[in-house]
Amino acid sequence: MNKNKELKDFTAVIEQCVKCGVCQAHCPTYQADKREGSVARGKIALAGALIDGQTELDEGVQRDITMCLMCGSCVAKCPSKVPTHEIVGAIRRQVTDNQGLSLIGKTVSTLLPRRKLLNVLTKSGALVSPLLLKKVPETSGLRLRIPSPMMKGRTVPKTPLTNLFDRVKEFSPGDGEKPTIGFFAGCAITYLYPEIGVSLVGILNKLGYSVYLPRTQGCCGIPALSSGNGALVEQLAERNADSFANPDLKYIITACGSCNSGIGEYYQSMKMDLEQFTSRVIDLSVFLQQEGLYERLVETEPWQQPLRVTYHDPCHLKSQGITKEPRELLKALPNVDFVEMEHADTCCGLGGTFSVHHYETSKKIGSRKLRGIEESGASLIATACPGCIMQLQDVINHQSLKVRAVHLLELLEQALGEEPVGG
Amino acid sequence: MNEQLYQELAEIVGTENISRADADRITHSYDATQEQHLPDAVVYAESTEMVSQVVKFANKHTIPLLPRGAGSGFTGGTLPIKGGIVLVLTRMDNILEIDSENLTAIVEPGVITAQLQREVERLGLFYPPDPASKEFSTMGGNVAECAGGPRCVKYGVTRDYLLGLEVVTPQGEIITTGGQTIKNVVGYDLTRLIAGSEGTLGIITKIILKLLPKPEAKKTMLVFFKSIDGAAQSVSDIVGAKIIPTTLEFMDRATINCIRGKSEIEIPRSCQAILIIEVDGDREVLDRDVERILDAIADNDIIETTIAESDEESERIWQVRRVVSPSLKQLNPDKFNEDIVVPRSKVPDMIRALEQIADTYQVPIVNFGHAGDGNIHVNAMVDLRDEGMDEKIQKVMDDIFNAAIDLGGSISGEHGIGTSKAKYLSYELNQQTIGCMKAIKSALDPQNILNPGKIFRDQEGA
Ligand SMILES: Cc1cc2nc3c(=O)[nH]c(=O)nc-3n(C[C@H](O)[C@H](O)[C@H](O)COP(=O)(O)OP(=O)(O)OC[C@H]3O[C@@H](n4cnc5c(N)ncnc54)[C@H](O)[C@@H]3O)c2cc1C
Ligand code: SF4
Ligand code: SF4
Repeated sequence: MNKNKELKDFTAVIEQCVKCGVCQAHCPTYQADKREGSVARGKIALAGALIDGQTELDEGVQRDITMCLMCGSCVAKCPSKVPTHEIVGAIRRQVTDNQGLSLIGKTVSTLLPRRKLLNVLTKSGALVSPLLLKKVPETSGLRLRIPSPMMKGRTVPKTPLTNLFDRVKEFSPGDGEKPTIGFFAGCAITYLYPEIGVSLVGILNKLGYSVYLPRTQGCCGIPALSSGNGALVEQLAERNADSFANPDLKYIITACGSCNSGIGEYYQSMKMDLEQFTSRVIDLSVFLQQEGLYERLVETEPWQQPLRVTYHDPCHLKSQGITKEPRELLKALPNVDFVEMEHADTCCGLGGTFSVHHYETSKKIGSRKLRGIEESGASLIATACPGCIMQLQDVINHQSLKVRAVHLLELLEQALGEEPVGG
Repeated sequence: MNEQLYQELAEIVGTENISRADADRITHSYDATQEQHLPDAVVYAESTEMVSQVVKFANKHTIPLLPRGAGSGFTGGTLPIKGGIVLVLTRMDNILEIDSENLTAIVEPGVITAQLQREVERLGLFYPPDPASKEFSTMGGNVAECAGGPRCVKYGVTRDYLLGLEVVTPQGEIITTGGQTIKNVVGYDLTRLIAGSEGTLGIITKIILKLLPKPEAKKTMLVFFKSIDGAAQSVSDIVGAKIIPTTLEFMDRATINCIRGKSEIEIPRSCQAILIIEVDGDREVLDRDVERILDAIADNDIIETTIAESDEESERIWQVRRVVSPSLKQLNPDKFNEDIVVPRSKVPDMIRALEQIADTYQVPIVNFGHAGDGNIHVNAMVDLRDEGMDEKIQKVMDDIFNAAIDLGGSISGEHGIGTSKAKYLSYELNQQTIGCMKAIKSALDPQNILNPGKIFRDQEGA
């Protein structure tokens, strides 16, 4: 049974589009190429035409359907809340169902061998690019979104020698009486940026929480969703819900915006009963604020020479309305002098598998951020999604700016290291 | 358009700028009216020269040509009702110059209104026209529709900021109108002729704009009234006190009923009308202006007044206005939205006439808009699935337009005529006036290829 929604399930919401054009102001792909086919309104019109039989899923339609980062920026501002990203996902699944990996999967297919699909992240040793891909499980989103040799000039993070599972135990007891928190790490943190995961576990332990990092957890499914692989998304959703089935885990915390939206938001839209799981998913900045950490941080003595830091909104957090919490965190940090920048909330351009197919457009979208970054005078640009970190650093490097993209947690860890908080 | 013609056009514009794939025809077949008419081909313009060549091609082969900006028009201006070529201008989107000394800017037609505003504001300058669609509408579309917005009470509409234009005429000639100076009386004022011409008299390829210094600060007030007359009297009293606010937005009882409970600020039970008043200018004079306004309106059935002291408070006030549009759907699924104008003093009469019409036909009509310039957004909310509703809504519209004209007003303040209002043109203009307009159209566009069927209903042979 197909547990992802199909295009026809969206018939009624597609009719809700009033063709106002508001989405043009928020759609990163439209802003890059200024073509109606790239904006949400255009894609909704095509979805409607597909349902009515006004057109087939031909090459032209498929091309427009690839021009979407599935970032949800349009949805958040749409007066009718038409879920374009989900509709695009449904059409992409239809493409793959009809034709196997087609235009949309053209590049992806070279990365994703169509062999037996594993749905577990396997333990692996040192990952060395380009061997990196060989070591990452075949279901992992990294297979779909990681820079390929085709993307000339792309900067990639240095591949770490050990992954998160080598560095953090499945259960890490906290120092206090606090409950146990499940940690959904996701592919990027597990394999590319394990230090972010190590920080989160360390911080949570320090604050008194125990952390459970199940080895059975898999990819969140966003990249598979983006490439139209519905069956894989289903498998991953089931696997992840099982991994965190223990009801004693009060929360399932994420440090990756995309994972948060994948396992928290997308799973809700599936024809599966995952409420038990999705209702516990929480972004780290929301969690820490809720737990009262910020108030304590504000009281700590500010550093003599704080770092000037600005913030980039990951689309997948912004579209869920999580924009204040990360900023509150930065403002509360004693080691940080927070400054806003122009276009803080525009997309970095990575978008699931988008940058693999459309690297040039992706760079163009990202480069819209440069002026703001430069004018802010910040030496660090903090964000809450490893995908954004990778993309932002790439864009910054192309411009030769002396700015580093970091995760919020790196700054929080630094602050707590100097002035231990909690028990 | 046959294969041979298509190939000929492709050679002119380059294969990368043209398409007749289903996908492109479908995505260029609509605008904010939600109507759909498929074009035969879609071309993305790269330069004035290319525009000129496409127009000449269309003329040679008598193919309709539709200029298109963001497609946010409310009256069907870009709809290819007779097929033809949609010519998209969104990619000609460079701000060519901002001159801080002479307070002018030169932009291409695809520049987004709000983007221009942000860029000039960085330099301490100001481009006032602010249609609610400013975050996505194009400057070309704004000029072609002579767009206005809430700030227009004080600052005027798009037309008032035009110094000159570069235009490709319906026969493909490249002309320039006006210039870079405030004063210019050389020949006919073609700039004003093109402003508001809805893409029927030429394709705008460059726009020279007048800018202002950016006002130092602004202040927002929210006033709840017990009666619509109290609100209307207040509008007159404010203007009578010789203060022109930046914006004067009002909401009637039907609107208030829709939004109750949807904004952070609570609306009192007894409230029958709301005004949002904003003033801008030098910081020192602002407080005095606010005081003078409050004095002037003090006796007008006021329930409560809120003055924003910070940006956040001002945001909260504007939120009251912003929740209006999304809340209308709760009444009925289909919206008939018109933007009539009446003389400022006639706003209460018009609101009463609208209430009467709503009552007669038993159709909810929600009214809000720019009280300062008498521009009322009238929204009749119906369910077209109801039997006989199609005819009924036509009657409602007829009555509304007639009422506006009877009060000395007009059938469109901002959105233009296009196809949606073409049949009402004769309600407002006499045959001689329409004839004069048609004479201009046929002199400039003898083959009627540029945006045919717009403004004038039967344009064939015009
Ligand atoms: C949510 C919403 C709110 C709105 N609010 C307002 C408002 O407050 N005030 C207001 O005035 N309008 C408003 N509008 C209407 C609309 O946004 C304006 O009419 C706007 O000026 C249209 O710009 P556009 O780029 O979308 O033009 P389009 O819709 O693409 O075209 C409009 C007309 O202009 C012609 N045209 C476009 N570009 C050119 C060009 N370069 N040369 C010649 N002709 C051209 C087209 O042929 C067409 O006839 C609103 C619309 C929406 C959807
Ligand atoms: S903002 Fe929403 S309703 Fe408006 S055109 Fe875009 S998808 Fe349609
Ligand atoms: S999801 Fe993002 S990229 Fe896709 S249409 Fe919406 S705003 Fe554009």
